[in-house]
Amino acid sequence: MHNKTIAELSQGLSAGEYSSTELTQDFLRRISTLDKKYNSFITLTPEQALAAAELADQSRAAGNAGAFAGIPMAHKDIFCTNGIKTTCASKILDNFIAPYDATVVEKFKLAGAVCLGKTNMDEFAMGSSNETSFYGPVRNPWDTDCVPGGSSGGSAAAVAARLAPGATATDTGGSIRQPAALCGVTGLKPTYGRVSRWGMIAFASSLDQAGPIAQTAEDCAMMLNVMAGFDVKDSTSIDRAVPDYSQDLNNSLEGLRIGLPKEFFTDGLDPAIAQCLQAAVREYEKLGATVTEISLPHSDLSVPVYYVIAPAECSSNLSRFDAVRYGYRCDDPQDLEDLYKRSRGEGFGREVKRRILVGTYALSEGYFDAYYLKAQKLRRLIKEDFVKAYDEVDVIMGPTSPSTTFKLGEKTTDPVSMYLADIFTISTNLAGLPGMSVPCGFVDNKPVGLHVIGNYFDEARLLNVAHRYQQVTDWHQQTPEGI
Amino acid sequence: MQWETVIGLEIHVQLATQSKIFSGSSTAFGAEPNTQASVIDLGFPGVLPVLNEEAVRMAVKFGLAIDANIDEKSVFARKNYFYPDLPKGYQISQFELPIVGKGYIEITLEDGSTRVIGVTRAHLEEDAGKSLHEDFHGMTGIDLNRTGTPLLEIVSEPDLRSAKEAIAYLKQIHSLIRYLGISDGNMAEGSMRCDANVSMRPKGQKEFGTRAEIKNVNSFRFVEKAINFEVERQIDLLEAGGKVVQETRLYDSTKDETRSMRSKEEANDYRYFPDPDLLPVVLDPAYIQSVRDSLPELPHQKRHRFVEQFNLSAYDADLLSTERETAEYFETVATAAGDAKLAANWVNGELAGALNRDNLELAQSPVSAEQLVQLLKRIQDDTISGKIAKTVFEAMWNGEGDADQIIETKGLKQVSDSGAIEALVDEVITNSPSQVENYRNADDAKRPKMLGYFVGQVMKASKGQANPKQVNQILLRKLNS
Repeated sequence: MHNKTIAELSQGLSAGEYSSTELTQDFLRRISTLDKKYNSFITLTPEQALAAAELADQSRAAGNAGAFAGIPMAHKDIFCTNGIKTTCASKILDNFIAPYDATVVEKFKLAGAVCLGKTNMDEFAMGSSNETSFYGPVRNPWDTDCVPGGSSGGSAAAVAARLAPGATATDTGGSIRQPAALCGVTGLKPTYGRVSRWGMIAFASSLDQAGPIAQTAEDCAMMLNVMAGFDVKDSTSIDRAVPDYSQDLNNSLEGLRIGLPKEFFTDGLDPAIAQCLQAAVREYEKLGATVTEISLPHSDLSVPVYYVIAPAECSSNLSRFDAVRYGYRCDDPQDLEDLYKRSRGEGFGREVKRRILVGTYALSEGYFDAYYLKAQKLRRLIKEDFVKAYDEVDVIMGPTSPSTTFKLGEKTTDPVSMYLADIFTISTNLAGLPGMSVPCGFVDNKPVGLHVIGNYFDEARLLNVAHRYQQVTDWHQQTPEGI
Repeated sequence: MQWETVIGLEIHVQLATQSKIFSGSSTAFGAEPNTQASVIDLGFPGVLPVLNEEAVRMAVKFGLAIDANIDEKSVFARKNYFYPDLPKGYQISQFELPIVGKGYIEITLEDGSTRVIGVTRAHLEEDAGKSLHEDFHGMTGIDLNRTGTPLLEIVSEPDLRSAKEAIAYLKQIHSLIRYLGISDGNMAEGSMRCDANVSMRPKGQKEFGTRAEIKNVNSFRFVEKAINFEVERQIDLLEAGGKVVQETRLYDSTKDETRSMRSKEEANDYRYFPDPDLLPVVLDPAYIQSVRDSLPELPHQKRHRFVEQFNLSAYDADLLSTERETAEYFETVATAAGDAKLAANWVNGELAGALNRDNLELAQSPVSAEQLVQLLKRIQDDTISGKIAKTVFEAMWNGEGDADQIIETKGLKQVSDSGAIEALVDEVITNSPSQVENYRNADDAKRPKMLGYFVGQVMKASKGQANPKQVNQILLRKLNS
């Protein structure tokens, strides 16, 4: 059962082949036996899960259940859950229990989904390898000596190891797509403002966006149907009708215009990965798409621009963790300054502190114009590149990640090499565009992801493009050995 | 050396919205600590602010009332600093693009002259909570009820030249915000707070001197005292060859002095940047027009109209227009009684005195405008004298009934029977032979003054009820014959 997709499980539940309770028990059993290897969960919620499953079974029996009723899934531990610990993988929130649900969590509850637990991640979503978690690194199910990517490494690994058919995730610079690529699963970062950020712990507010990770594009569509929509509690969410993302999955790709940015296909790209991408593009041509080379001339600025804006916002967003009202507090503080210094010093990990420092510096008097303002100006140029490109093409394709998964510890001592792991995904966040990672091959038995970037609010087309590809390929159906 | 005082004020006004500026919590004053703080006010993880449109409307009202520029777009920014009563570690404020741009306010000084004071800007922001240092031995209590209460920070140009002018400006703002209904302006409860930037320069010099900022002074009287103290401190310092250092100072009302709180070097770098959780506020011209249409007549407009329409002095007009309720009360009385000067004298005199004495607001006055009109009519139709009217007013104040009832039951009706008055006059003349002789021997210039004695005696004999005009006439006739 665990290899089934959400769509298949939904049908099975409808047909009465199994109950949600049975499904939930099965996944809980898998997690308890297998997750020691992967460490993809921080918190498990078996009691709540089984209670939700029972409710879903009742509503299925009563005939008033939606497609998602009774489907087990997991939430990244960045989404606040009423009454259940929410840590953001940080020591500073190790004892934090929110008295409210994130809008995303609330929406899955209303849809009847069964939350199995909260998935591991990089601390405050800062990282690309899941090694910055206070709860220890997540291991990649394809190679447990390797990282799952990050920051949503727990969600991606859990889906890859079939510990959950789908999981929520968030993406600030690639945190859905890069781990999806490294774990061989499908992930979607929607347009900024498509999904409410209420109750999602902020890293960089102008870049953060929630989205699904699942086995297939079809499942991502089902999850996005639940997640998307305007929320009065989030002023940056956009009041725009939500289409049925499952509706257009099978649309023909005849005449689809694909753009390949020359800046993504340079000599620097791993030839083995380039080969996978070329093969994928050929599949699309067979499906009727036309391919043109395009240019995104400011692409090389993405990483430096991002590493000014994201730390600047995080330095301010993380100020609330001051040990006054909730969260970790140091022992025996001598005075206010001591309370702040030691609580934050002991509560935050190295990478988080590094970014707070960088961001504080970038916003400081005398440096603000040179860093933050300049970065905002360049951010507009990066966005304009995309706007221009979408006059000519419908989707843009490239690699999700410059490499396949790498060894644990390989990049932890060199932050810049770690930051470059998101070189292809960051520009989408800066522009606020939707992007997907779709499994498109393997190099040395390690998954490769195809990055598909869409125009604003064009998630339905992205899902259609990914789904048609998954109808003619089986990369997404491959599982790590032993799964 | 002759010194010139330069003052600029930063006034924080709590806006009278029902709920907070970024959350749905109540803004009511005086609740149990931390009972009016939602997870948004508490700065919990993942929560987001949503702007209260009523706060925007109130800010725009203020801006239009001071003829300020209201830009179509304004932006909220984060002001970052750590303090236990600032839950998020930043205050949502406005920095580069405030909602209200440059405007001005006209103030009236005691001598009736007016000055125009520039307002640099006014911006919206959220209030912080309160740190309670008493009652917690060696610790600090935090009350976050106030957190997120909408504030309008009104920043003046350094146009004020004395503590008196500063107070006149502060009172004008106070009057304006109450007219507009955007704040109760209650300084004791912190609804209106004032920081004063004070510097000195040699008279005639163009450049400003170094300023000190006096923080959070919580009454009109203390603002005046704090500025006066600071002016003297700076003059003493400068004349002794010293220099004023740029710093923040705290006014201690018990010692009546300002003390250094932190120097410029210790000041925070607030690292302002646009708040990514909030969209820019965009106001279209139709919205601004609709707010403009909703403005009431403003204090300075009333003041000018009172001078023109009712022929009042600038001073009287200023007193009467400062509070909206007073102005309305006055206009009711002036119109119904048909004598604005008489109305002004009574409203600014007896009524204001009684309210002040009993520490009452006009709304609590036991004597309504209609009741006062009845009283004034009895003066006008000579039923009672102005002096007796004061006695009647006191009785009305004490709830003994309306003017006519009191005049009737207390028998205060003025005696206008000329026969009765003549008899009293004759009696007084008979009983004061030496005074009569003196009067008759005096020259014309001295006589009016001497007449006062006789009037007083007759009034006394009539228990104040004789018509003074008639008493005068009859006395003159009899003494001069």
